[in-house]
Amino acid sequence: MATETMAPPVAAAGPRIKSELMQQRVRAARWFLLPMLIALAVVAGWPLLRSIYFSFTDASLNNLYGAEWVGFGNYLRWSVLESGTVRYRGLLVDANWWNAVWNTVRFAFWSVLWETVLGMIVALVLNAEFKGRGIVRAAILIPWAIPTIVSARMWSWMLNDQFGILNDLGMRLGLLSQKVAWTATAETAMTAVLVVDIWKTTPFMALLILAGLQMIPKDIYEAAEIDGVHPIKQFFKITLPLVRPALMVAIIFRVLDALRIFDLIYVLTPNSAATKTMSVLARENLFDFDNFAYGSAQATLLFLIIAIFTIVYIWLGKVNFDGGSR
Amino acid sequence: MASIELRNIRKSFGAVEVIKGVDLEVRKGEFMVFVGPSGCGKSTLLRLISGLEDITSGEMLFDGKLVNALAPSKRGIAMVFQSYALYPHMTVYENMAFGLTLEKGKGKEEIRQRVERAADMLQIRQYLDRLPKQLSGGQRQRVAIGRAITRDPKVFLFDEPLSNLDAALRVATRIEIAKLHEEMNNVTMIYVTHDQVEAMTLADRICVLRDGLVEQVGTPMELYEHPNSVFVAGFIGSPKMNFISGDKASALGAHTLGIRGEHINIVPEGSGWSGKVIHTENLGADSYVYLEMGTEEPVVVRLDGANEYKSGDVVHIAPMQDKIHLFDAAGKPMH
Ligand SMILES: Nc1ncnc2c1ncn2[C@@H]1O[C@H](COP(=O)(O)OP(=O)(O)OP(=O)(O)O)[C@@H](O)[C@H]1O
Ligand SMILES: [Mg+2]
Repeated sequence: MATETMAPPVAAAGPRIKSELMQQRVRAARWFLLPMLIALAVVAGWPLLRSIYFSFTDASLNNLYGAEWVGFGNYLRWSVLESGTVRYRGLLVDANWWNAVWNTVRFAFWSVLWETVLGMIVALVLNAEFKGRGIVRAAILIPWAIPTIVSARMWSWMLNDQFGILNDLGMRLGLLSQKVAWTATAETAMTAVLVVDIWKTTPFMALLILAGLQMIPKDIYEAAEIDGVHPIKQFFKITLPLVRPALMVAIIFRVLDALRIFDLIYVLTPNSAATKTMSVLARENLFDFDNFAYGSAQATLLFLIIAIFTIVYIWLGKVNFDGGSR
Repeated sequence: MASIELRNIRKSFGAVEVIKGVDLEVRKGEFMVFVGPSGCGKSTLLRLISGLEDITSGEMLFDGKLVNALAPSKRGIAMVFQSYALYPHMTVYENMAFGLTLEKGKGKEEIRQRVERAADMLQIRQYLDRLPKQLSGGQRQRVAIGRAITRDPKVFLFDEPLSNLDAALRVATRIEIAKLHEEMNNVTMIYVTHDQVEAMTLADRICVLRDGLVEQVGTPMELYEHPNSVFVAGFIGSPKMNFISGDKASALGAHTLGIRGEHINIVPEGSGWSGKVIHTENLGADSYVYLEMGTEEPVVVRLDGANEYKSGDVVHIAPMQDKIHLFDAAGKPMH
């Protein structure tokens, strides 16, 4: 009763006080954001704008500043031949580019899919109580802690057709009839790259999912046990819905990473058309082939593809970056 | 409906024995309350009965059948947790129906009827579409009880279901649970609490636990009138029973003399024991006077209505002769 009679004056004073407080908070937030915005503008914004600009010019490595504007020429241009047929040229009709896009998408899809499934399994195991859990948790992170270049080299030796341990084991166990050049053969190159990436990144995925799992209260599993919910059903009806916010964030991190994959492929399968991704192709054009403008156009498209994917994913998946407070 | 029998039940966590050999029989349709100080093993004992915890040794029988190795869901029990343990991503309706949807041969319509009946019983019908986070603590607790009711259990287990509620809500929900017990009069209920008022008001019988052992089992009045030990005497009843040792006790041939505050009369000067008032509490309907009498803790006297004593006043009291409890040095009652 007392609160009801008190309510009107409080309500009247409410919005003004609140807006003052809000203003103060917004002002403070701006100041805190400023350093980060400046840093981002310098290290990400400016280079991005530069490479978008270069993609509309005929820039080459030794003539960056004398570059001339060519409009969309790097993306698409056409000429009419004497015979009357129209010939299209440029990035949008470049088979190499679309092969790289396809490779990248394939790589991102399979690597993230396996990393999610395996990461979930590893996280579920690590979330259980058992002796030595601390050590296992630390040990499982090792693949992720090793620098990519190092682990890629390591794997490239293990996959080596002459001296590699995998071929040696396969032969001894009778699984292989002859030694296979895993990374050099077109049919196996992508699989080899995927295996190494999954080996390396599953721990990271597991850790992100584990953090989500640990936010689920334990007592609801006891309630489920009394309700007689089968463990598999518990996973799909309780664990999965509750870990979903964390899982969605983890997946998007990984997909963004996978879409710009470079180092692993550059070291493990250089120059293989079967694995060449957008980043690898763009780098090749930028620095090896002296097609600076063309490479810039590829980098720009790569940026657009990732941006569109991210927006669609967040929109469709209703991803909550606050960790899904419940 | 089920009777439950515990035979020399023991439970250890690693090297620590928490339940040290409990023998207990809970009758069909009975409301049994476990009370005891914090850490005495009430929750553990309840979890052993539910099957959420494995029994280290001993036998647990439901209706004469051994259930030591039976899964919780097969025991015909429902449990209400102190923390509610509602599924946070399911609506109230889904929370209550989830267990039922897993049972074979239950139609949608039957499930709906059962959920709605339980919701009506607890007056949560209007919240069926909400998520638990959109409910108050008391409403959540009612949902948790509702979920247990829809399971149509033979045994209802409560682990301190009211401890997260405020005082008024606690009384209201306590009355609701008492009503529930009347309505479902053939369901056995076991209720854990450390609040002895809840124990006294709800229980058909109370089981007082201490340090992993049963101290005494009996109806509330049995425990109140004939406590088996100083421990039970001190634990049951509010305010706590006064214990007086020394001359006054040895005059009656006992080591300790126990007398409840409500069994002490104020007498004229020159008779009885004298004590100095150190504090008074007026509760309206009754009042407590705390007297300094050289005992370990001040002696509490309960008086009807308000009183006018002030600190420093000297008061003379006499215990009602037939209400005196005498205990020997081991804390056991003497007759
Ligand atoms: N899972 C466990 N592992 C180890 N020790 C435990 C475990 N569960 C309970 N204990 C110990 O068993 C003893 C009894 O615990 P229990 O939870 O049954 O007490 P309680 O009587 O319910 O107390 P409270 O009134 O505080 O809830 C405590 O000393 C506790 O530390
Ligand atoms: Mg407890």
